[in-house]
Amino acid sequence: MLKFLKFIIAGILFGIVMTKSEAISWFRIQEMFRFQSFHMYGIIFTAIAVGLVAVQLIKRLQLRDIGGNPIIFNPKDMSIPRYLIGGTVFGLGWAMTGACPGPMFVNFGYGYSMMLLIIGGALIGTLMYGVLRSKLPH
Amino acid sequence: MDYILAPWPWHVSGAVIGLIMILLLFFGKSFGFSANLRTMCSMAGAGKSVSFFNFDWKKQSWNLLFLVGAVIGGLIATTWLSDGSVVDISENTIRDLSALGISAPTEIQPTEIFSWEFASSLKGILFLVIGGFLVGFGARYAGGCTSGHAISGLSDLQVPSLIAVVGFFIGGLIMTYLILPIIL
Repeated sequence: MLKFLKFIIAGILFGIVMTKSEAISWFRIQEMFRFQSFHMYGIIFTAIAVGLVAVQLIKRLQLRDIGGNPIIFNPKDMSIPRYLIGGTVFGLGWAMTGACPGPMFVNFGYGYSMMLLIIGGALIGTLMYGVLRSKLPH
Repeated sequence: MDYILAPWPWHVSGAVIGLIMILLLFFGKSFGFSANLRTMCSMAGAGKSVSFFNFDWKKQSWNLLFLVGAVIGGLIATTWLSDGSVVDISENTIRDLSALGISAPTEIQPTEIFSWEFASSLKGILFLVIGGFLVGFGARYAGGCTSGHAISGLSDLQVPSLIAVVGFFIGGLIMTYLILPIIL
C-alpha cells in the first residue's frame, strides 16, 4: 500500500505548494514574463539551489534510493534545435494559458473545471508530436 | 497555522519544490510531470498506430499517482488551507494587464479567461485548446517541461535543459508582448 501511497502523498504536497506559492496563477506567470516581480524567479532559483546541493551529495556519496538501488542521473542527448524549438513552442503555451502541465491539473483540483479544455489541448498536442516526430528537426 | 493559511513566500515554496524532487529521487524516480501526457495517450491506445506511444506505460503508473495527488492537493489547498488572500501581483502588472482588458485579481485566476462564459464561447474554446496544444506539443518536443528541465535538469547542470529553459522564455516573451495584445 505504501508503495502507491507515497507517490500520492508527494503529489498532494506538490499540489499544495503550487497553490500556496500561487505558481498556478496566470497572473503570476504574466508577472514573471514581464519581469515585474522576483516571486516566480525566487521559487525556481530556490528549488534549483536545493536540488543542486542534493544532486551533488547523492553523486559524491553514491547514495541509494529506498529500494537499495543506486540513484542514477541520465544525461540528456545534446541537441540545439530540439530544445530550442520545443522550448519556444512550450513557452508560447505557458504564457498563453499561465499553466505548465503540473498546474493544469492542480488548477482542476482547485475548482477550475475549464482547465479540462487546456488539458485536452495538451493531450492533442502530445499526440501530434508523436505523429510528426520523425519529420521534425531534433 | 496563520503561516500555512497565508500565501507562502517564494523561499519556502522553492525549498518545498526542491524537496519533492529529492523525495522522488529517493523513491527511485525522476521528477517530470509532462511525461504523464504521453502516458495518457499510450493508455488510450495511441501506441497501436504511433510508435512513440508504444511503450510499457505501466512503468509510469507512479507518475499518474503523483498526478492524482496533485489534483487532490489543489483541492485541499483551496478548501482547508486558504485565508482568501487575493494574488498580490505588482502594480505594474495590474496596469499592463488592464490595458489588455484583464482586470485586477479577485481570485487566483483572471475571470476574463477562466470562467465558463469565456470557455464556452468560440474564442474561449480556441484560446484554451490551442494554448494547451502548444504546451503539450512543446513539452514533448523539448523532452520535458518546467519540472523536468527547469528543476530536475538544471539541478543536474544539464546544458540541454538550459537551452530548453531559454526556449521557454523566448516563447513566453513572444506570447506576452507580441501575441497576447492581439488575441486578448
